[in-house]
Amino acid sequence: MLQEHAKIVDFISTAEGVTGRKKLQKMIYILKKIGVPFQEKYEFHIYGPYSEELTARIEELCDMGFILEQKEDKSSYVQYRYEVTAEGLEFRNALGKPVLENSEHAIQLNGKSARFLELTATLLFFDDLERDEQIAKLHSVKGKLNFTEEEITEAFDFIEELKQ
Amino acid sequence: MDYANQKLAEEKVFKDPVHRYIHVRDQVIWDLINAREFQRMRRIKQLGTSYLVFHGAEHSRFSHSLGVYEIVRRILDDIFHGRPEWDESERLVVLCAALLHDLGHGPFSHSFEKVFNVDHEDFTREILQGDTEVNSILKKVAPDFPKKVAEVIGKTYANKQVVSLISSQIDADRMDYLQRDAYYTGVSYGHFDMERILRVMRPFEDQVVIKSSGMHAVEDYIMSRYQMYWQVYFHPVARSAEVILRKILQRAKYLSGHGYKFEQPPTHFLAFFDRSFTLKDYLALDEGVLMTYFQLWITERDPILSDLCDRFVNRRLFQYVDFDPGKDYKKLGELAQLFQKAGIDPEYYLIDDSTSDLPYDFYRPGEEEERLPIHLLMPNGDIKELSRLSQIVDGISGKRRTDYKLYFPAELLIDGKKKEIKQQILELLREGGV
Repeated sequence: MLQEHAKIVDFISTAEGVTGRKKLQKMIYILKKIGVPFQEKYEFHIYGPYSEELTARIEELCDMGFILEQKEDKSSYVQYRYEVTAEGLEFRNALGKPVLENSEHAIQLNGKSARFLELTATLLFFDDLERDEQIAKLHSVKGKLNFTEEEITEAFDFIEELKQ
Repeated sequence: MDYANQKLAEEKVFKDPVHRYIHVRDQVIWDLINAREFQRMRRIKQLGTSYLVFHGAEHSRFSHSLGVYEIVRRILDDIFHGRPEWDESERLVVLCAALLHDLGHGPFSHSFEKVFNVDHEDFTREILQGDTEVNSILKKVAPDFPKKVAEVIGKTYANKQVVSLISSQIDADRMDYLQRDAYYTGVSYGHFDMERILRVMRPFEDQVVIKSSGMHAVEDYIMSRYQMYWQVYFHPVARSAEVILRKILQRAKYLSGHGYKFEQPPTHFLAFFDRSFTLKDYLALDEGVLMTYFQLWITERDPILSDLCDRFVNRRLFQYVDFDPGKDYKKLGELAQLFQKAGIDPEYYLIDDSTSDLPYDFYRPGEEEERLPIHLLMPNGDIKELSRLSQIVDGISGKRRTDYKLYFPAELLIDGKKKEIKQQILELLREGGV
């Protein structure tokens, strides 16, 4: 009961807060793909992997008072920051075992830009394809973002690093 | 004439209570409808357990799929045809995707997927690209055609306009199911002016937009969606049936894994219990098969499986109370212990359930997310996000109200056995929140 909520609280706490909804979506997706037992279902939503279940769960956690959502107005867009509250920590300690075997992963992911995480998540979404096909598919669905060869290589290396 | 462009000698029509008629001229579409994997959808209800609340809600995924096809056909043939922003060569792939988008749904899909950790989208892809009648029909169009249809349904197809028609926040899928579910449940919500919305839909760059003059029709659609969620899709009694269904599957899986000798062996489920299933195993299941097992398992020796099946088949559902997990999560543990002491297994008889676990989503304006919002096309050619112009939509968009419930078998708590413990349980349940 509420174990899945506790996992998300644990992750945000381990990451020491997360800035950006897209970033949060991609971080959880990447961890899920490398075997961290998050249960949120992801689908490809026009521009990349997205989980409505995760969005709903975050909203619930905000309603429960376990996560604080702060809205930052960046003139041309709005950005959201998520932090775990004291009540959230108590909830996590009461219910959850740590979800991440390697807590470094949360910090590593959080140190990457939203663009890089978007690239990494999209490559992982097509990980059943050969590398060349994966890259072709990336350019096909995210053509406007013009990912460079260097960025793509860096993303593949990052995936390998996380899997170790 | 090649198969892709082959037309039937005479147009075929299906009578339909929502769209009046569904028109089929393309040979490919006609052949797909007659494929065994498509016919299987007649045996899977669109609304799962909702028929236990709204007795009319017995309609199938078959009729919904035909409805989605018909809406897309009308958009393409009546609205988009001849417009320079629309690529006519995409017509067949989008019609096939509309018709086949739900092909991978299984019996009582949502619960089945949760318990056996499977995804209907994976099965859809497998049916389209594996050894099936549907695949052999699609392959006759072109060798890569099944893959293209799968990409449209999986939302990874390069042409985003095509994807938007099937899967966006105002797509043919939602427009059909809202109206169809409203019709069959008999509720007065869910109706909106679809004719008007279709007339103002336009292909625009890499998406489908709505002319701003149609904003009020879209507001009506968003309101219908909002009301249907709370009145039908999140109905607490239908969720009670869903909870019991999930527990039946969970119990059968547990028993099978612990050497229990079934009087009626769960032959159709075995491959799902040990995750050795193939597409053939999946396609052999439908709601008739599941209901037959549930009926037979009422006489099983295992008291939990027997009781849960009896509850589901004969509609003896769990009671519920509102529950605020933010305040009351500690009480849940306390309640579980008391249930244990009272001889009622909390794993099967004390279940928390949230609307966020259901496969329905509210309109979201799309800030920082991957989902494309509804865009209005202004007279000067600019596009604007709907909630920026509509106060009504702004008032309800992205503001999800979660509904948490705690389900339990009320009559077992007042049966006179272990009175004292059960009294404590009832007091805890009555206390604020829980």
